[in-house]
Amino acid sequence: MSQVQVVEGSEAVAYAVRASRPHVISAYPISPQTHIVERLAQMVADGELDTQYVRVESEFSAASVLSGASAAGSRAYTASSSQGLLLMTEVLYASAGMRLPFVITGVNRTISAPISIQVDHQDTISLRDSGVIQLYVESSQEAYDTHLAAFKIAEDPAILLPVMVCMDGWILTHSYERVSFLKQEEVDRFLPPFQPADFLDVKEPKSWGSYGEEEMLMEFKFTVYDAMQKGKQRIKDVFSDLSLVTGRDYGGLIEAYHTGDAEVVLIGMGSMAGTIKEAVDELRSEGKKVGFVKIRCYRPFPYEDIWEEIKNAQVVGVMEADVSMGSEGAVSMDLKAKVCGRANAPLVLDFIAGLGGREINMDLVREIVGEAEKVCKSGVPFQEPYWAGLNPSILP
Amino acid sequence: MNTKEITNQEELFVSGHRACHGCGMAIAVRHILKATGKNVIVVTPTGCLETFTSPFGYSPWRVPWIHHLFENGPAIATGVVAALKAQGRDDTRVLAIGGDGSTFDIGFGALSGMLERGDDVLYICADNGAYMNTGGQRSGASPLYSATTTDPAGRSSVGKFQMKKDIPTIVAAHGVPYVATASVAYLKDLEKKIKKAMTYHGPRYIQIDSTCPSVWGFPSDRTLEVGRLAVECGITPLFEMENGEITKVRKIKKKISIEDYLKTQKRFRHLFAGDQGREALKEIQDLADANIRKYGLLKQAKAETTTSSEEVFT
Amino acid sequence: MKVTIGAVVKGGTSLGYKTGNWRDERPVLDMEPCKRCGQCESVCPDSAIHIIDEYYIIDYDFCKGCGLCAYECPADAIEMVQEEK
Repeated sequence: MSQVQVVEGSEAVAYAVRASRPHVISAYPISPQTHIVERLAQMVADGELDTQYVRVESEFSAASVLSGASAAGSRAYTASSSQGLLLMTEVLYASAGMRLPFVITGVNRTISAPISIQVDHQDTISLRDSGVIQLYVESSQEAYDTHLAAFKIAEDPAILLPVMVCMDGWILTHSYERVSFLKQEEVDRFLPPFQPADFLDVKEPKSWGSYGEEEMLMEFKFTVYDAMQKGKQRIKDVFSDLSLVTGRDYGGLIEAYHTGDAEVVLIGMGSMAGTIKEAVDELRSEGKKVGFVKIRCYRPFPYEDIWEEIKNAQVVGVMEADVSMGSEGAVSMDLKAKVCGRANAPLVLDFIAGLGGREINMDLVREIVGEAEKVCKSGVPFQEPYWAGLNPSILP
Repeated sequence: MNTKEITNQEELFVSGHRACHGCGMAIAVRHILKATGKNVIVVTPTGCLETFTSPFGYSPWRVPWIHHLFENGPAIATGVVAALKAQGRDDTRVLAIGGDGSTFDIGFGALSGMLERGDDVLYICADNGAYMNTGGQRSGASPLYSATTTDPAGRSSVGKFQMKKDIPTIVAAHGVPYVATASVAYLKDLEKKIKKAMTYHGPRYIQIDSTCPSVWGFPSDRTLEVGRLAVECGITPLFEMENGEITKVRKIKKKISIEDYLKTQKRFRHLFAGDQGREALKEIQDLADANIRKYGLLKQAKAETTTSSEEVFT
Repeated sequence: MKVTIGAVVKGGTSLGYKTGNWRDERPVLDMEPCKRCGQCESVCPDSAIHIIDEYYIIDYDFCKGCGLCAYECPADAIEMVQEEK
């Protein structure tokens, strides 16, 4: 039995975190993440949440506090955005290497310069190589559910990696939505206390953070890579276990939407999925065979699952709110790398969209599908990414 | 079980680490752990101590130990303290032992944050006055006119042109209960200070003059001797501050000139040639004399700043 | 040596890494003048001098030969002797 409330997205996350009973929460302000840690602070102040809430002096320390707490055997959580996530970069790489399973909400916001507080995925995408698992959500309900799953995924003995739940700033964190919450005892049954095999303990002194000589460093890196690869099935299992409790099933690592007979399949992550699904419905009512794949788990990258949904399509259009300067979007690169060389692989097109809060609306999705259809006909993909929604009239 | 195994069981920092010959920091760490006993978790940011104790598979630490990064030792310590508190492990205390690079420079923001929050950590800076781990580059702790590899002496340079950052005073300004300076030359004094620091809760700070034969440039058997000279000339005052007041000062037994200290080390060799060097020596002597006045380091002398119960250590 | 998850290792394992071959000079202790003051044990950076009852044992598996024990010995009971290699 669950209860339903209309809440702000940030509050939904705070409820999920509270229900997960973290021992330690660290907090440092940055928009648009701040409402989450503020709400948690109020819960502590009101005696509704028993946790060590540490007000740190930087995001670098916010992530470091989680690392120390996690190594000492505690469940730990923080949230951040944009520059804050980049400041954590070094800590996240090291924590993944040391297999410290804390959870961070990465509230998506663009990266300076120019400074802006608006949403895109450049911040979290920039951390894709760190060894941190990245889950992207479409709605506040999915954010609530995914946070519950995140702790369980992170702490899985076969995984033991930090998990970042990536959630679009403002669009999700600051909008109100009906969200269904689990009862505490349901969460407790799903997510037992964190009990790591190794932790900093005077009864059994162990050393953490060793130097890896050249004859073993590759092997250490491989263990992290391997945990990610093997983690795919574990993540699916956790999602599926949770869906039995919540009654909500978003799919596994991806969510497929009308891909069965689609000639053009769009791919996207985060809140843009809602708009894309609506556009797909509209286009389908006009007779166009369009489908959509929402990537829920970006790292590890679920290329096998994606392949199953795109293998019969002619063209795949990746819509992504990030760009690797000097190359193209990261998701497109990931996908191209994995479909390259497969027989009858669809053509992959990259659409950069929604940078710095640029609106992704139905018209933009239609424009993108139109470009994809042109390539269906010509059979010749464009090489440079298509900057969807760019206004050339104001370029210098 | 043979005799070696028996005695090694008592040691919390065992043989087989890879410190240089005569490493002052390694001596300090042995005595730190002697004073704390085994119910501590040690956090060590990147630096000499981390490097010579961290090769995978060969840890000399008989207490739980964690190294994470260079600039986050204090924040890692905060996280450990928070976890211990959440778990009710009240008997376990937390130490952080960093070098001067992490303490004075790259990790200073994190240190200040930890101090301001009042976290229950004894932070120890094993200060060897430069980035020794990477070959002796200048840090905020390098002494005035010392030659370092990034601030070398030369025809138009007499080495580091700036003063050593006064971190103990800056730490004390955060309102912490206990601040002390110590030296590897006075190990009983060091142990006493560690023990006293452990009687306090909240953030505490001890800065240890960790003499370094390899980079300061002196023979490896003079590690304590050079430390003694640093104290006896006044350039390294040893004191304790409790709740913001200087409560104890180690008196100089027999005052020596700054030259007697500096000439023992290659990093100051350039000061003993030419007019520039002579001028520099005068300035360093002035610094030592100012310390002697400020802290009342000579017997019969009172410190300029008010002190309550001064005590002479022997 | 096998790698571990997160590179976590047991404490005290450095006893498996002998540093005695770093030594050029060997400290030799003469128990006759030795006053059993413990200074040599106290100053050893390598925890390589052990006191068992009144016996002082230098652990040559680990002693790097820095000479601190000899220099600091108030009774001049330790002599540094060139290693023959």
